[in-house]
Amino acid sequence: MRKITAPRHPWLASYYWLLAFFLYLPIIFLLVFSFNDSPVLVFPLKGFTLRWYAGLLDARELIASVWNSIWLGLGSSLVATILGTMAGIAITRFDFPGKQAFVGLSALPLVIPYVVLGVGLLILFDSLGIELSLWTVGLGHVVINVPYVMLIVAARLAGFDPSLEEAAMDLGSNYWRTLRRVTLPITFPALVSAFLMSFTTSFDEFALSFFLIGNETTLPVYLYSQLRFPSRLPLVVTLAAVIMVVSVLVVVFSEWLRRWGQPVEKSSEIL
Amino acid sequence: MKTRLRVAILMTPPTLTLLALFVIPLVVMALFSFRAGTFGAQRDIFTFEHYRAYLDNTVYHNLLLRSAWVALETALYSVLLAFPVAYYLAFHAGSKRFSLLTLLLVPAWTSYLLRVLAWKIMLSSGGVFNAALLALGLVEEAKPILLYTRGAVIITLVYVWIPFVALPIYSALQRIDPSLLEAAADLGSPPWRTFLKVTLPLSLPGVLAGFFIVFIPTLGEWVTPMLVGGVSGSMYGNVIQDQFVRALNWPVGSLMSLVMLGFVLLFLLLFSRIGRLSDLAGV
Repeated sequence: MRKITAPRHPWLASYYWLLAFFLYLPIIFLLVFSFNDSPVLVFPLKGFTLRWYAGLLDARELIASVWNSIWLGLGSSLVATILGTMAGIAITRFDFPGKQAFVGLSALPLVIPYVVLGVGLLILFDSLGIELSLWTVGLGHVVINVPYVMLIVAARLAGFDPSLEEAAMDLGSNYWRTLRRVTLPITFPALVSAFLMSFTTSFDEFALSFFLIGNETTLPVYLYSQLRFPSRLPLVVTLAAVIMVVSVLVVVFSEWLRRWGQPVEKSSEIL
Repeated sequence: MKTRLRVAILMTPPTLTLLALFVIPLVVMALFSFRAGTFGAQRDIFTFEHYRAYLDNTVYHNLLLRSAWVALETALYSVLLAFPVAYYLAFHAGSKRFSLLTLLLVPAWTSYLLRVLAWKIMLSSGGVFNAALLALGLVEEAKPILLYTRGAVIITLVYVWIPFVALPIYSALQRIDPSLLEAAADLGSPPWRTFLKVTLPLSLPGVLAGFFIVFIPTLGEWVTPMLVGGVSGSMYGNVIQDQFVRALNWPVGSLMSLVMLGFVLLFLLLFSRIGRLSDLAGV
């Protein structure tokens, strides 16, 4: 797209790769130690083993927490995606009083420290006599993900001319049918991407979950509880390696989806 | 009329959710800061006592100041380290830049807790840094030189935030019209001067967004300092967490949380004067 007139800068390229290495360093580190045949995580490495991976299959509590996190992620992301899409469509396709206030307010959960939101929700649930559980964590995750979904959907819709929808309505389709047959299909890649992003966020979320969790643990909460026992660290690290590889795949897929079908010029602008 | 109905149907559920699960909890928290105690009858007594005690408590004030300082350093280093990469991607990476950018963003979406854990292990006595120092003969024996310090907190947080800072700077740089740079060159401006007079000022919105993206949440950070910070690296968020989990003094915790919220809103207000709030979302 852009003509490159400036001279090449080999040192800038080197810096890029150095920084990329820095960003991947912890991931590489965990991967290496997940195959290391030693119960302590220190250099030098002792030799190759798969016993930690085999050990993962026997760790009942851990597997239970993984399932909890998966259900929590699916449930809260589904709700967040529906609510965020409604708001995203409304703010891009309509003008209404209080729109700016809503957009401003809904951006807050994205930047507010989670400790503040966490204790606020904790007090609210306690005052109402609601027992802490995966449900309360799920409600917290809905709040932090709705704004994300809204912005992703709004960005996608902003790239498409509303005349598509107007045309459908001129041709006799009613609004809700147009929404279902035109607007939602246009938004679909963004919806899937937003859902996956919400899922990843929920699956990984700790700072908020910590305050809202009951007796059943999510994976991050379980991992945190294991950090106090050095003997379990290799298992945690191995699990970490697995999760990281899986989440890398999910993210690459959802990023690809977000770009897919986006008008070329717009996609770079929105990013 | 039809439009109003459609807006009402679309907006009611998200608005109610935001009110019930975001606005109301913060209001309830604010009210809780006036309660005398966490449990039983104490909870029904309202008092200004916590506020008076808080105002006199210099430990809390210093801690807040120190947290703000950590947030400031973290944000500054993140911007400084991310800028050259954003610059490289925007101007010199050619057609590969999308792939190269994605490559930087991917680690940011893997588990936060686990990456912090990895840093904790890497900074410890058996970790990579000590191994490297030992191999180079710079230290005699393995000892955790960085773990459980403020420095460890800053390194880990900068690590976590770099991709989120690179993104807005990159998009600001990308929006610069290349003809401006060509015009500057045609008029005889040397590249460094073009950078200082054209590129840098035009990238400022992205730089500011990047700075605040880091600064605001870091102010209330508690997980990273808890894992790698030790006593000397502990932050304001750690005390709030402690009031709710160990000390069980919810009113004081609420008050501290409220103070934190006040500062965050203040900085957001500041930012909204100079940038767009949605830039902070990084979408």
